[in-house]
Amino acid sequence: MELVLLLTIFVLAIFVGVEIITKVPPTLHTPLMSGSNAISGITLVGAIVSAGLVSTTVTKVLCFLAVALAMINVVGGYLVTHRMLSMFRKKD
Amino acid sequence: MNPIWINIAYLVASVLFIRGIKGLTHPRTAVRGNMESAIAMLLAVSVTVPQIVGNGLEIVIAGLVAGGLVGLFLSRWVEMTEMPQLVAVFNGFGGAASVLVGGVTLMGGSSSLVGVQELIAISASAVIGGITLLGSLVAFAKLQEIKGFKNPFALPGQRAINALMFIGAIVLAIKVVQNPADPMAFWALAGLASILGITLVMPIGGADMPVVVALLNSYSGLAAAATGFVLNNTVLIISGSLVGASGLILTNIMCKAMNRSLVNVLFGKIDASAAGATADEVYEGKIKSTSAAEVAMLLEDAERVCIVPGYGMAVAQAQHAVRDFFNLMEDRGATVEFAIHPVAGRMPGHMNVLLAEVDIPYDRLVEMDHINPSLETVDVAIVLGANDVVNPDARKQDSPIAGMPIIDVDKCRTVVVIKRSLSPGFAGIPNPLFALDNSLMFFGDGKKAIQDLVTEIKDL
Repeated sequence: MELVLLLTIFVLAIFVGVEIITKVPPTLHTPLMSGSNAISGITLVGAIVSAGLVSTTVTKVLCFLAVALAMINVVGGYLVTHRMLSMFRKKD
Repeated sequence: MNPIWINIAYLVASVLFIRGIKGLTHPRTAVRGNMESAIAMLLAVSVTVPQIVGNGLEIVIAGLVAGGLVGLFLSRWVEMTEMPQLVAVFNGFGGAASVLVGGVTLMGGSSSLVGVQELIAISASAVIGGITLLGSLVAFAKLQEIKGFKNPFALPGQRAINALMFIGAIVLAIKVVQNPADPMAFWALAGLASILGITLVMPIGGADMPVVVALLNSYSGLAAAATGFVLNNTVLIISGSLVGASGLILTNIMCKAMNRSLVNVLFGKIDASAAGATADEVYEGKIKSTSAAEVAMLLEDAERVCIVPGYGMAVAQAQHAVRDFFNLMEDRGATVEFAIHPVAGRMPGHMNVLLAEVDIPYDRLVEMDHINPSLETVDVAIVLGANDVVNPDARKQDSPIAGMPIIDVDKCRTVVVIKRSLSPGFAGIPNPLFALDNSLMFFGDGKKAIQDLVTEIKDL
């Protein structure tokens, strides 16, 4: 895809991010961090795509590690955020 | 599957990620938001897996299972007080994954697939990912208070060394772009960036960790976005930049709450030797020590009580005792609030999570700016494991922490400071609050002090 197009998406997404995230109250800053951390585990998609390129043993091992580490980030991040947020919800 | 459908699925996932973060703007919608975000991830992954050709599928499944189990285990087993460490580690893993994806693409991709744009992005993911990886692990070691990491440490001429390493990184990045067939330059670049991660975080002290954790969070997002540029993948770019923005905003909030610039937090240090009285001058003859029985009597008729928690509360694991105290005082008809400084604890929102864990209603967790104007009407303020964030010297021009916004507990009718000793906080300066006429020092462990207090109040 064209570089400029990707840059456009990148810059616009940052602006969207800034707009929403400034509205997150301090009470929820820790869940915001762990939740956004889980989102950054989206590298998982990249790791899966890169699996189509592996041929040697080295690249296979690297690819496995990439998928596993990103998956830890995703699963751990979402579950721990859920655990925290459930504590906030109880009082409603 | 037709690539168009995949990209539409990625678009849907991106929208769900944005909605997910939007849900976090209120505690009521936050759980749903997190779930939408998780569904977005599931969607993005499920449309990607069938794209794998050849024998890569087994590797991916093995990785998903292994990572999933470790993630499940970590999320269940870690204590709430250890949340900053866990987030630091997760950041590091995200960074590592970005480096590895860059490496695999470089080593496995044909030259027709990997153009100049991709090579620049691969270099960027090596740099950002490398810094995030080891920077986060050092942050983890500091938060865990592992020996050798706990205290700030800088080599002589650290800044010059960092600058040299940075130049080295640029040279290596140019090599990666010029000669992609040789992966050594890439791994050298990732290695150098990792070392830079260590040397950048090592000199930073424990109380500045909220800034570092937030900044590394931002980096892990930017690393993911860089990976998106490597693979021409929109969902990576969008979600990566959302996280990048989130981390930057939190970093900014933390810096403002300390009245310090990011550069000062990362490279400077507080000069405690600057103008200001010594501990002896501030404290001598003015410290009034108190006991649980005396504080209980003070609290007997108190209508409004305000607790200022700090990192000390987390260390002492005092939050359960605090909950008992909260319930007891509320049952007696008093209003108990918590005044929360933005940098209290070791990560943004740290105190809120600990107090939510023990069922303190979130509307009782009041931000500094909201509670400060009404502190005059507080009968008893209890400072629990906080120090610099309640130091009235921050209002003086010549203080090392001049201009830092503080919680104005000195304006409360009576202040009880629960603390082990008169030792200074992170800024290394004495706190005149302890010597004020309306201050009482309650020396002891935070958890035990609150427990004793509860017992005494019950006996009233």
